[in-house]
Amino acid sequence: MREQNSRLRGWNYWRRKATDTVMTGMVILSTLLAIGLLFAILGYVLLQGITAVNLDFLTQLPKPVGEPGGGMVNAIVGTLILVAIACAIALPTGILAGVYLAEFGRNRKGTAIRFVTDVLTGIPSIAIGIFAYALIVLPMRSFSAIAGGVALGIIMMPIVTRTTEEMLMMVPNSLREASLALGIPEWRMILRVVVPTAGAGITTGAMLAIARAAGETAPLLFTALGNRYWQTDLWHPIAALPLQVFAYAIAPYDDWHAQAWAGALVLLALVLLLSVAARVASRNRYAR
Amino acid sequence: MSVSKAARAELGRGAAIWKLFADRPVNAGDAAFRLIAFIFGFAIVGLLLFMLYELTTGAWVSITTFGASFLVESTWDPVAKEFGALPLIYGTVASSLLALIFAVPVSLGAAIYLSEYAPSWLRTPVSFLVELLAAIPSIVYGLWGVFVLVPYVRSSIEAWLQEHLGFLPLFQGPPYGLGLLAAGLILAIMILPIITAVSRDVMRAVPDSQREAMLALGATKWEVISRAVIPYARSGIVGAVILGLGRALGETMAVTMVIGNRSEITGSLFGLAQTMASAIANEFSEATYDLYTSALIELALILLGVTILLNAAARLLVWRVGGNPGEGRRE
Repeated sequence: MREQNSRLRGWNYWRRKATDTVMTGMVILSTLLAIGLLFAILGYVLLQGITAVNLDFLTQLPKPVGEPGGGMVNAIVGTLILVAIACAIALPTGILAGVYLAEFGRNRKGTAIRFVTDVLTGIPSIAIGIFAYALIVLPMRSFSAIAGGVALGIIMMPIVTRTTEEMLMMVPNSLREASLALGIPEWRMILRVVVPTAGAGITTGAMLAIARAAGETAPLLFTALGNRYWQTDLWHPIAALPLQVFAYAIAPYDDWHAQAWAGALVLLALVLLLSVAARVASRNRYAR
Repeated sequence: MSVSKAARAELGRGAAIWKLFADRPVNAGDAAFRLIAFIFGFAIVGLLLFMLYELTTGAWVSITTFGASFLVESTWDPVAKEFGALPLIYGTVASSLLALIFAVPVSLGAAIYLSEYAPSWLRTPVSFLVELLAAIPSIVYGLWGVFVLVPYVRSSIEAWLQEHLGFLPLFQGPPYGLGLLAAGLILAIMILPIITAVSRDVMRAVPDSQREAMLALGATKWEVISRAVIPYARSGIVGAVILGLGRALGETMAVTMVIGNRSEITGSLFGLAQTMASAIANEFSEATYDLYTSALIELALILLGVTILLNAAARLLVWRVGGNPGEGRRE
């Protein structure tokens, strides 16, 4: 028995065993590297940003060059306005398109639309920015919050569509059958039973889409443009947090760099809170 | 059954127009609701076509002026009104390929860990952390890139490479820190989560019978992975890598901040460069005459066309392994 074992466990055996161990190690190292990068970036932004975030930063307008202090309240409000416009566009369209895919989309038309939706999530946001520029800024002859909101809305729409579809798919068919058995038409079943049942999941999808849109910079460069002053008129250039961070980051002043880090921290906190909350909410409901 | 065939059949029977969009309408409310839902679903297809149309219109002056030479001319000089996109295409392709070289091994390693090794209590939180990398806005990557990565690349990586491998043309030129290498590294971090998430999903979709068969033959864990799981999931993994490539090609802000923004073809990793997306971001608001604007819009059009093709190919590959997400569920 022993003799047989040692014969079987020759050089080849140890080579295979060693490869296995080495590759296991590499795989674990890769995972640690990915997570390490996450914490390196988050940690650095936190360290740099926390010293510059204060009440002034959140409540004051930017000061002229050379004057210390000031804040980014206009950019924070601007980002909220842009996201609100984007939601007004993307949520109704995205949810209805998701309803179509989940309820009537198990055919070729549905597959085609699902495919295009997936493709749309992958196209560069700068191209969407140019599209919004050509669509709204050129005819209106002015950069505007509306144009920026439309660009962000186009980015959000496919995300909302696909998460809505996925959430509606998880609604058990017994619910559909029970409501149909009560004699209500299909459209009322969908609107009164299926969609509300998936409501929490759809909200989750919306939050993820908002998190994505709120952090986008490229599509706002030629649409919302940015603004150093207080502006809430939707047809005028408006400030946005990512744009302001960009402008401050490439400027040659140290105190502007500090403000850029503070802006990045606020933006990151907003985006990560939305992502984590969405994740926790969806895990409670549909544990996988 | 193709849509048009169905439509023709319905029309032949003299059906009302809304019947074209419904399988079996029960009452008017249902038919109307189906039609409305279809219109919104179809709006997404329409939106993509409309984007292509708008950008083509915007780029028309440039397309007719330069034709195909736009893609092969290597002078990008707005002052001389000469627009050849080759340096920008070079910058885009080089930085994206670099990103793939850095990101693919790490992403696949993490995907294999999450799919094959991680105990179930660890799988969800670790997946979540890796996916959080995708949630970080690109402007934050850019800021981190400028103030942390670029100085590190200049003082450590490029200095070391120049000292030990400086004889290679790949590592020549002054080490600015800014440039292709920094852009490739930051892009690698940014596309890591999507490659990891998608390839993890396709590996999870490999049937356990494949693994069990391999184990029954006496294979080690790594042999199971390398000879059963990866070959079975190969097309999906290729799809995941292409998705990552698509993201890298179109990424704008972080690249703009670290690549140095000079339209040159240096052939060195240390060289300053410019990508199509960063050229648009930098120059669009300064474009003072129609031809200039039009040339930049043509860049956006090329970017849009290429990413549509890449994403379409990637989705088809991923669907082949994981299955069309809309079919066969809800049973």
